[in-house]
Amino acid sequence: MVRAKTTSWIEPHPQGLYVRPADLWIDPSQPVERAVVTHGHADHARSGHASVFATPETLAIMALRYGVDAGASHNAAFAYRDGFERGGVRFTFHPAGHVLGSAQIAMDHAGERIVVTGDYKRRPDPTCAPFEVVPCDIFVTEATFGLPVFRHPPTADEVAKLIAAVRAEPERCILVGAYALGKAQRVIAELRAAGWDAPIFIHGALERMCALYVEHGVELGELRLVGETEKDAMRGQIVLAPPSALNDRWSRRLPDPVTAMASGWMRVRQRARQRMVELPLVISDHADWDELTATIAEVNPKESWITHGSEEGLLRWCELNQRKARALHLVGRDLEEEA
Amino acid sequence: MKRFAALIDRLIYTRSRNTKLALIADYLRHTPDPDRGWAIAALTETLDFPAVKSAMVRALLATRVDEELFRLSRHFVGDTAETAALLWPDPKPQTRADSSVSEAVDILSAATRADAPLALAGLLDRLDAEGRYALLKLALGGMRVGVSARLAKQAFAQAFDVPVDDVEEVWHAIPPPYAPIFAWGEGRAARPDLADIPFFRPFMLAHPLEAESVDLSDYAAEWKWDGIRVQIVHGGGETRIYSRGGEEISAAFPELVAAFDQDAVIDGELLVRGDAQGGEAASFNVLQQRLGRKTVSKKMLAESPAFVRVYDLLALDGTDLRGLPWQERRHRLEAFVPRLTASHFDLSQVIDAGDWNDLATRRAGARDVAIEGVMLKRRDAPYVPGRRAGLWYKWKRDPLTADCVMMYAQRGNGRRASFYSDYTFGCWNDAGELLPVGKAYSGFTDEELKWLDNFVRNHTIARFGPVREVEKMLVLEVVFDSIHLSKRHKSGLAMRFPRILRIRRDKPAEEADRLATLHAMAT
Repeated sequence: MVRAKTTSWIEPHPQGLYVRPADLWIDPSQPVERAVVTHGHADHARSGHASVFATPETLAIMALRYGVDAGASHNAAFAYRDGFERGGVRFTFHPAGHVLGSAQIAMDHAGERIVVTGDYKRRPDPTCAPFEVVPCDIFVTEATFGLPVFRHPPTADEVAKLIAAVRAEPERCILVGAYALGKAQRVIAELRAAGWDAPIFIHGALERMCALYVEHGVELGELRLVGETEKDAMRGQIVLAPPSALNDRWSRRLPDPVTAMASGWMRVRQRARQRMVELPLVISDHADWDELTATIAEVNPKESWITHGSEEGLLRWCELNQRKARALHLVGRDLEEEA
Repeated sequence: MKRFAALIDRLIYTRSRNTKLALIADYLRHTPDPDRGWAIAALTETLDFPAVKSAMVRALLATRVDEELFRLSRHFVGDTAETAALLWPDPKPQTRADSSVSEAVDILSAATRADAPLALAGLLDRLDAEGRYALLKLALGGMRVGVSARLAKQAFAQAFDVPVDDVEEVWHAIPPPYAPIFAWGEGRAARPDLADIPFFRPFMLAHPLEAESVDLSDYAAEWKWDGIRVQIVHGGGETRIYSRGGEEISAAFPELVAAFDQDAVIDGELLVRGDAQGGEAASFNVLQQRLGRKTVSKKMLAESPAFVRVYDLLALDGTDLRGLPWQERRHRLEAFVPRLTASHFDLSQVIDAGDWNDLATRRAGARDVAIEGVMLKRRDAPYVPGRRAGLWYKWKRDPLTADCVMMYAQRGNGRRASFYSDYTFGCWNDAGELLPVGKAYSGFTDEELKWLDNFVRNHTIARFGPVREVEKMLVLEVVFDSIHLSKRHKSGLAMRFPRILRIRRDKPAEEADRLATLHAMAT
């Protein structure tokens, strides 16, 4: 790659990244004419765009959540490593390892390559394709866990903790708060991988997204709806619900639940206590500190742009390691529940 | 350290008292000496390592972690020990070696200011993040796991199936790591000898009076003071002050420790002198400002001097008097109190009531700010720990009531986490504004709670984090023990023990009580 002057063809705005030669936005927070969407979470995928460019899975998720017409001719679906060209910019989708269909967007223009990660993680996830390192000049990275206090333990250890907890109290159930898109399906798939083959009970809000994952080939085993189950049948069982339902009236139908929560924030004890969580599970779909810094080192860009999260921490790391970096201050990227 | 770290983590996330008891009891049964003793001392915040303080830990971290990253992380986490535990580099698998709690205690207590950083680093280098958290909490204090001294003693009693009152007595007599207490608990040794040790005697407690009356020839009546119950113990040349739960609070009241120089054990009410009452006892609010302090300023000593109104004598000149009838102890007490410094100790008077009606009249007419009601003590009863039927009664002053309007609601804890069960309510000022006068979270049935929860959800007008503001339309009849003037509250009033008596759906909010009415009740 030829070293280009500091790029001017991609512009950070509070509402997203604008790719000027292609007249197109990446993950815009407001409706636009043309949007490339990295993945289906609400802080990246919004409704109301005239045209959406995304992976087939992301389009399917947007169809489910916002009624986006995935098959319409004004939207376009691209498999991983596939892409399109517009206004002299070549766009390619690469797996980001965040949730089903999540993609990094690589853009080549005028001899320069920019990669926008969207959200990503590096550790294995049975529900989505693993992150792919794409060498580039400018690496636009998230920094949700951009502080060295965030080191996620091995996922298998956390899942083992969950299974041990449910076995320890067979008269109760474990209610796991897990974000409806991605985290819930991953927790289920990890439980299956660990040998938990009992039915898993889910809140109604998770039903359609789980079905979508299954349609896309992710094995989730037997799922049952809490609303269609007798209280006693859930004793000694695992129940999943969106975090907002943990302490809500809905949970009264469960047999003396132990409140658990699957999130990278659970690493910090007071955070878990504030949420009145009794069993914190440090399971995240975002890169932890070691993954973020290792990824920057591996991608080895000329410059890193940091989009959202604890930008200051990652900026400081770049400074200490003589890596050029800047923070973009995008707005509306704060899906606390999803991390 | 692994077992201790796991225990702390379970305790942090457990809100149920019974589960906490079971967790600690299990730990005590299955952990050897002296680790379990040090662990329980750490949980109850009785350890202090003068060479290890927060500033030292921050400086130590700076040798391993960039200072700016530490600062940003500390800001996010909000706790120095936890930040340091998370940031300290993990050991290589081959250098990981669990150290025992006692090894850590030995190393930290032997350390001087100069070599403490190296000693702490050596320990941190062998532990994983959970272990480092436990070590740093042990070293710095501030455990915040909700384990009081009382709870720890109950856990001990549960673990070894011994009476909790016996545990109470020996607990403060033996310093950590309490090996002789564990030996006794496990039946390997006799109960430790307590001669010459200022140990805590479990309090004798009272039942609320439910009968219409008692026979005053069997029972003596005393005022029930609205302070804090204390036991002052002098033994082996040392004086200690214990509160209800057997927690030592000597440091908060140095003037009383200094003034008590008799070889005796007294039971009494700790009060603070108030100016407004012409040198009599001040309201509980004033006393509260002196509680929970580790050091007391000269200003505070001068402005809020503490004194004890003595009502029982448990030991004198090395003789245990608890087996004597109240009447006998009272004689000795009356003879004894003049031996104490009059400015700091006085005698709680027996009410010389002619008959029950006379007592009732006096109780109703008691306007002293520090009087909560009347105590009735059986004249022939020995001093026995805990609540025993028929021996002591408390006959509180009739509670006060007011009609207030619900203003805010907040979710409860534990079993009530899904319910809006904590209510802030107010009364009207002259300008027609509602000002909060108190907060209650009890007094209603489960059915009423469901109804109130629904009301809150359907009448929310604003949300502030976990708090919901509701439409000002629901009248709650609130009952409270007393009400005091308070500068800390916008309404200028603070209620003691408010709880919901009735939900007054029939009453329009405009007809709720005025602040002026509540002011008139204030003592």
